Amino acid sequence: MGLLSKKDSKLILDPLADDNPITIQVLGICSALAITAQLKASIVMAISVLFVLGVGNVVISLMRNIIPSKIRIIVQLIVVATLVIIVDQVLKAFAYELSKELSVFIGLIITNCIIMGRFEAFALGNGPWRSFLDGIGNAAGYGVILIIVGFFRELLGSGTLLGFKVLGDPIAKTGLYSIGYENNGFMLLSPMALIIVGLIIWVQRSRNKALIEEN
Amino acid sequence: MGLKQNLHKLKEKYKGTKMAPAFNAIHTFLYLPNETTHSGGHVRAADDLKRTMNTVIMALVPCLIFGMFNAGYQYHLALGDIQAVSSGFFSSEFWNWDNLVIGLWKVLPLVIVSYGVGLAVEFIFAMIKGHEVEEGYLVTGMLVPLIVPIDIPLWMLTIAVIFGVVIGKEVFGGTGMNILNPALTIRAFLFFAYPTWMSGDKVWVHGAVERVGQPDAISGETILGSLAQSNPAGYDWLDMFYGFIPGSVGETSTLLILLGALFLIYSKIGSWRIMVSAVVGALIMGFIFNSVVDAGIITETSKFYGLMSTEFWQHLIIGGLAFGIVYMATDPVTASQTNKGKWIYGFLIGFISVLIRVFNPAYPEGVMLAILLMNVFAPTIDHYVIQGNIKKRMKRLKVKTA
Repeated sequence: MGLLSKKDSKLILDPLADDNPITIQVLGICSALAITAQLKASIVMAISVLFVLGVGNVVISLMRNIIPSKIRIIVQLIVVATLVIIVDQVLKAFAYELSKELSVFIGLIITNCIIMGRFEAFALGNGPWRSFLDGIGNAAGYGVILIIVGFFRELLGSGTLLGFKVLGDPIAKTGLYSIGYENNGFMLLSPMALIIVGLIIWVQRSRNKALIEEN
Repeated sequence: MGLKQNLHKLKEKYKGTKMAPAFNAIHTFLYLPNETTHSGGHVRAADDLKRTMNTVIMALVPCLIFGMFNAGYQYHLALGDIQAVSSGFFSSEFWNWDNLVIGLWKVLPLVIVSYGVGLAVEFIFAMIKGHEVEEGYLVTGMLVPLIVPIDIPLWMLTIAVIFGVVIGKEVFGGTGMNILNPALTIRAFLFFAYPTWMSGDKVWVHGAVERVGQPDAISGETILGSLAQSNPAGYDWLDMFYGFIPGSVGETSTLLILLGALFLIYSKIGSWRIMVSAVVGALIMGFIFNSVVDAGIITETSKFYGLMSTEFWQHLIIGGLAFGIVYMATDPVTASQTNKGKWIYGFLIGFISVLIRVFNPAYPEGVMLAILLMNVFAPTIDHYVIQGNIKKRMKRLKVKTA
């Protein structure tokens, strides 16, 4: 990476794997459970968080020296809320169906622990460029898990991917369904999202033993 | 040289390799191990984990055999080939070769898949982790075929067993560490993943699913299903008690479950405290519902009327309540450990089972959810029982010293 120094690229790459906000820090679980039944919703959510966290980190970082520390949480909330409203309005204008499907969960990005966490932990103490990279990296780490979970839940739960019937038609009994395969309804329920996240954590920690906490 | 000697030799040969646990498992399953404890004081007892498991399996065998006959009986009865039983428990309409053949044909594959898949998962985990294969699956493997509908596709059962053993047990550290009963985890997985195969009026009689929409369609609604729709049960209570009713493979015969319960209590494998308190809990909840109906609060127009007006003691002989109480609630790993805790744990299982049954017709088998729920709370119950005991004794200590 010629564009980024080694230290900077670490900011982006670490959250993707060994410092993943969902699987390692176990933040942002609520939305990972709520909206991952469909791959499309997962992708939109990932992009929305990418925007909010990337821009938000820069804004907070630019203001970091003038925010009085006593009211910094309120200032952070206002910044997130503004960005979330922008995302919400854009979705309503250009992807109304999708925005209806995601309903309240776009609004709930405000309460996503990853965002406040990065504002507090990183943007308040670092310059705008590094904060931007950190925001992008963490949002991408969040998005990757969301997309993995969404992929499996939609594939096994509805037999589709992004709405395409990749396993055949369950009503006309084509493809896999002709030999008796059936969709797994459990995949569409939130507990299964939790279990898939758990399995990802399991795989990740057994590949990299350094991640296993001691207790 | 017998098989035993050969196994001894193989065991020595593969000692320390990845395959060792597999050989050890076969060996200790079939014979007594050729090792003795070398040092230290130890408890002498003949009932190791394996013997405990085998006792439960022995208690389950009558249910399994009855389930096979019942599978064929329900099938032939639905087709109109035979008459309903008329002369008590030993009726010839029930105990005959035709019924058994259907039962063997349908039930044995369930048993084989359950054991084959479950033990394969256990073997794989034992080899990866390098510990001995645990006997924990022996009972689960027997319970699973008994608590599923007869026509459940085998691939669904395979997936559910893998899920149940891995997520329900191995991730917590294997046998003895699990929070939830693995057999019920498997059933709950099936129930939520493939509801069309686990509930409704088409799955309890062999052949009913494939006949849907055809002129010779047959239906076998369970009693709980009928009552939930406020239809009459259609069976007299002796049929329910003997078990000549549609239902999951092995849970219909309350008589045989009762025998199994006596055997488990006699051999001190199953906890009588849990069984008794669960029965009491179910009776009390049923009695409350009966009183509500008698008081005229719930009338025939209510959708709860059918199940609420069921005589309180009949809750014990319909559905899987008896089976769940005797064979699942008493699982020593997932139940409460303290004696006082067992009373609370059992009582709430019975109480909540009937509650779920009546108030949520979408989940006709409340006992599965009730036991899973109480499994989760069992450690909490134990904690408070133990803390209460400590407090009581601390008080006594203070009185003495003061």
